[in-house]
Amino acid sequence: MTAGRLLFLLPLVYLAIFFVYPLGSILERSLGGESGFGFDPFKVLLNDSYYLGRIWFTVWQAVVSTLLTLAVGLPAAFLFARYEFPGKTLLKAISTLPFVMPTIVVAMGFTALFGSQGIVNSALESMFGLDEPPVRISNSLTIIFMAHAFYNYAIIVRIVSALWSNLDPNLEHSAKVLGAGPFRTFYHVTLPMLLPAIASASLLAFAFSFTSFGVVLVLGGPEFATLEVAIYELTAKLFRLPLAGALSIIQLGFTYFFLLLYSRFQEQSVVRMDLKPREATSRKPVRLWDKVLVIAMVLVLLAMLSPLIALVVRWITFDGGFGTAQMANLFSDERRSYFHLSPVKIIWNSLRFALTTVAISLVVGTIISYFITNARRRWRNMADALVMLPLGVSAVTLGFGYIIALGRPPLDLRGSWLILVIAHSLVAYPFVIRSLLPVLKGMNPNLREAAAVLGASPSKVFLLVELPMIAPALLVGATFAFAVSMGEFGASLILVRAEFTTMPVAIFRFLGLPGASNLGMALGMSVLLMAVVAVGFIAIERFRYKGVGGF
Amino acid sequence: MALLSVSGLYKSFSGVSAVDGVSFSAEPGELLCLLGPSGCGKTTMLRMLAGLEDPDAGTIEFDDRTMNGLAPQQRGFGLMFQDLALFPHMDVFGNVAFGLRMQKLPSAQVQARVQELLDLVELGGLASRKVHELSGGERQRVALARSLAPAPRLLMLDEPLGSLDRALRESLQNQVRRILKEVGVTSIYVTHDRDEAFTMADRLIFMNHGRIIQTGTPEEAVANPADGFVARTLGFKNVLPGVVIDDGEALKIECSVGLITAPKPPGSGTEKGSEITLLVDESGISMSGIPADKTPDGNLLQGVVIERVFRGDRYEVRVQVGKGELYCHAVAGAASGPAQSGQSVTLALNPRSVRVLQGGN
Repeated sequence: MTAGRLLFLLPLVYLAIFFVYPLGSILERSLGGESGFGFDPFKVLLNDSYYLGRIWFTVWQAVVSTLLTLAVGLPAAFLFARYEFPGKTLLKAISTLPFVMPTIVVAMGFTALFGSQGIVNSALESMFGLDEPPVRISNSLTIIFMAHAFYNYAIIVRIVSALWSNLDPNLEHSAKVLGAGPFRTFYHVTLPMLLPAIASASLLAFAFSFTSFGVVLVLGGPEFATLEVAIYELTAKLFRLPLAGALSIIQLGFTYFFLLLYSRFQEQSVVRMDLKPREATSRKPVRLWDKVLVIAMVLVLLAMLSPLIALVVRWITFDGGFGTAQMANLFSDERRSYFHLSPVKIIWNSLRFALTTVAISLVVGTIISYFITNARRRWRNMADALVMLPLGVSAVTLGFGYIIALGRPPLDLRGSWLILVIAHSLVAYPFVIRSLLPVLKGMNPNLREAAAVLGASPSKVFLLVELPMIAPALLVGATFAFAVSMGEFGASLILVRAEFTTMPVAIFRFLGLPGASNLGMALGMSVLLMAVVAVGFIAIERFRYKGVGGF
Repeated sequence: MALLSVSGLYKSFSGVSAVDGVSFSAEPGELLCLLGPSGCGKTTMLRMLAGLEDPDAGTIEFDDRTMNGLAPQQRGFGLMFQDLALFPHMDVFGNVAFGLRMQKLPSAQVQARVQELLDLVELGGLASRKVHELSGGERQRVALARSLAPAPRLLMLDEPLGSLDRALRESLQNQVRRILKEVGVTSIYVTHDRDEAFTMADRLIFMNHGRIIQTGTPEEAVANPADGFVARTLGFKNVLPGVVIDDGEALKIECSVGLITAPKPPGSGTEKGSEITLLVDESGISMSGIPADKTPDGNLLQGVVIERVFRGDRYEVRVQVGKGELYCHAVAGAASGPAQSGQSVTLALNPRSVRVLQGGN
């Protein structure tokens, strides 16, 4: 057992060095300036109407984004939970793509669709012979809200439909037989039982909108800066590190508050119910009304995916020719490519960082999950909320903390690509925990004991009994970890050195360079990135359907 | 005119018929038991009555009004699910009050009615309990109270006691019947358990493969099972398919255990060459350890004991006879005990304990 206890120290050390220490350094930097310890940076920030405005804007845009996300996500959750139709598996896989797409690609998709030269405007112009683009939502709040809903609705769909599809349909039937119509059945029976899932999904969507970076930076423009963007500007453009640190702490405070809400609500709203296997709860759309409903919702889903489709279309039709020209350009002309770094090298960077991230996340996530499962009741929720904290801490904050803390002795990792992978893994391992915990909590402890009685050592028990059972959940966690790393933008932008450029960062740089060729290459790189993530995700999706619920 | 009359009800799922042309009726206050194996269409029947499934064909009439096409909430029926489907996010009171609140009754009335129902099912003090804090039997009774609260015109119960252990089930059977009779609600009770059906029912409906095989009081059914399926459902163990080879004054029947003589039943269907089902009452078989020295004649059969099971007041003995098997009873307490397995025995079948069922197997 001592060896096992020592194993639990590993994630503790990891969190201490790579999470607590950098954040502590931010705190130290902001509070302990040259003139001694003080709250000056906070005073400056809280007296500056610009930063107060940023805080207020960040909160309310996250609220609106979350409501919009719910409005789009709930019908889709209903569709996936209650109906069987051809192509459902594929559609469900594809509709999860936006969540794992790098923000920068999402932003590009929206530009390709709604930009002044985007597909919608071009179509409308040629249709009605207009001289000016009729839809102007670039650099507007509207497009930020749309992008956030697009980006996060998969969270709602995943979490809510997982519970919904396991709800006993007889509960709704009971309500109907007892005299409740469809609306009252939903309001009095279905909704209250879905509430825990809806609330936690909403809080996650809120947290992601709250710490939104790439979407706001690319689509919104300076007047819509969130805290995250403000921190980035203070750090990378204005070099006012104490202020950036103080702002990070303020953001962290908000994040922690939301996570507390999340874990408290989860604890309170637990309704013990007998869940039913999915097969027993969904049906084929037989009645005409059902068919109309299913078709309508599938169309809405496809509309949701339109920015990604637009990106592909834009890439194919770029410059009048076929996108392959840009793709060829991307791979052939090394001299003109970003920092003289070949695109193959960039793709390889992304891939190996992602795979390393997966490895770290799996190890850390699995150990922490076991720790939480075995922890005493009173510690369990607290530990759960605490280890989820990195999910709510923005990548920019983290990257900034790394610059302060890990760029100096005793731990100088500035030159190493490890620093990037570690930053990614901090955002990624919570996903492993979220997908692993339900399985571990549901695992019959007798299995472990049965194996031990049959003569298996603890390590054998893990390898031969537990690992095969948690493998599907690990696979789901690994997918999310992979996608998080592939798409991560904020921390990469801050931490990355030229030779370690990843695909999202390259896309951002291409976009920043003038000329049609660079735009074409950004498009090409985006489509590539989309393809890599999509292929991995759809492949894993096949395993997910073996019955293990997702994150 | 019956209160409920169902005629020609038909329902299939992806080409497989679940309910295949079912007709029956129920009188006011009657307690019908729908008896049959799992998958025989009982549950689908109930769901169609409740309005949760639309029948492909057939009509459901209640109180001279057709129910087809009415939504569940418009029918005023009650349905108690096999898994009870208690609302996990409400307490006992909330569950029982649900149907009343849907009728928009004033809260004082709801309060009074819920208390009345909880007293009826003897759970008066548990109104504020959470569903997961209840024992199995308590849940069952809460579900019953919830179904009864809105005073349904017809109550359907889908194997409501199926998940309980035997002792609890037996004590609840009596209680449920008492409550249903006290309330006077017309009920359809689904079960696959013969004893439960005997306890509950005014009338039995036997269903198999989506069809009704027989209806009648428990006594009628036991006296005259329509076919081998009904006989087995009623607990008869010696149900043998056979062929009539001589239809003189008594029937001579060839079956797996050999040649058996049986009294000729009234009616047709037992001509020479007909395929029939033979029913042999276990208690009508006497077993002796001495092999008969003469060739078996009439209903004297040679066999070898396969196993015997002690049943408290008797032994149940399984005997291999010819190519088939027969079950018979042996009195417990005899000094030597009955035959051991492997022993050769002679079985004498009392002709009055042998019955011929015209229906198929």
